Amino acid sequence: MNPIALLGGALFGAGVCISGMVRPSKVLGFLNFGGAWDASLLLVMASALVVSMITWRIVAKLRTPPFGTAFPEPPSPLVDARLVGGAAVFGVGWGLAGYCPGPALVSLVSGVTGSLVFCVAMLAGMFAIELNDHSNRPDG
Amino acid sequence: MRDFTPGHAIVGGILIGLGIAVVLIGTGRIAGLSGITAGIVRPSSDDRGWRISFLVGALVVGAMFELASPATFDAAPPHPLWLVAISGVLVGLGTRLGNGCTSGHGLCGLGRFSKRSLIATCTFFGVAVITATVAARWL
Repeated sequence: MNPIALLGGALFGAGVCISGMVRPSKVLGFLNFGGAWDASLLLVMASALVVSMITWRIVAKLRTPPFGTAFPEPPSPLVDARLVGGAAVFGVGWGLAGYCPGPALVSLVSGVTGSLVFCVAMLAGMFAIELNDHSNRPDG
Repeated sequence: MRDFTPGHAIVGGILIGLGIAVVLIGTGRIAGLSGITAGIVRPSSDDRGWRISFLVGALVVGAMFELASPATFDAAPPHPLWLVAISGVLVGLGTRLGNGCTSGHGLCGLGRFSKRSLIATCTFFGVAVITATVAARWL
């Protein structure tokens, strides 16, 4: 076990539970503009984003992470069809059932069949792409 | 606005951000949930340890919420299971093709003003809003 990642995961888990991100009904209440719109998710994203921006400013002042080898490389500027197409496919999936990956995995603990079905299907989709990318790599 | 919970949203959002911050500052890893998960199922993965640790932390805390307050979670999915399964496959495919999800692009990437993440986030949010709005009417 990596204690830093364990702590990070615990904070993340508490965040998605308290914010309501683990409830597809709550997420769809935000994504569905045709009903009684619930803006809560916008505040979740905005407050988490502020923390993320501050975090990157701290990272910029440090040389190496205290419990790791290096900070991430600067982001790639490449915008291609795979990025936009993938994001669009994810958007359809998210908008259909209201589950995105993190909250869906956390909601497994509720024992609700729907979250289990979602996570198994999601893992199958991820595995299909990983397998495809793996076999297409020249040095495979 | 029905069900608007600004206090919980802000506290929860800050905790989500702090979870990502602890991992990024501490270990130099980007805690995008689809990336973390894909790195566990990836055949050639050689760094499963921190990824599994992150998920264990998240699920253990989730289990505490389930025990203390079962209403934290929905008792049933919003749609029939076949639709939930299709949605799961699309989320799995899309997040790997697009290299990130709500946390990886929407929080980590946007937090450092990545152009890729900005375009990905606008795309998946826009498409999700259209999909959810249409689905609520027709499904």
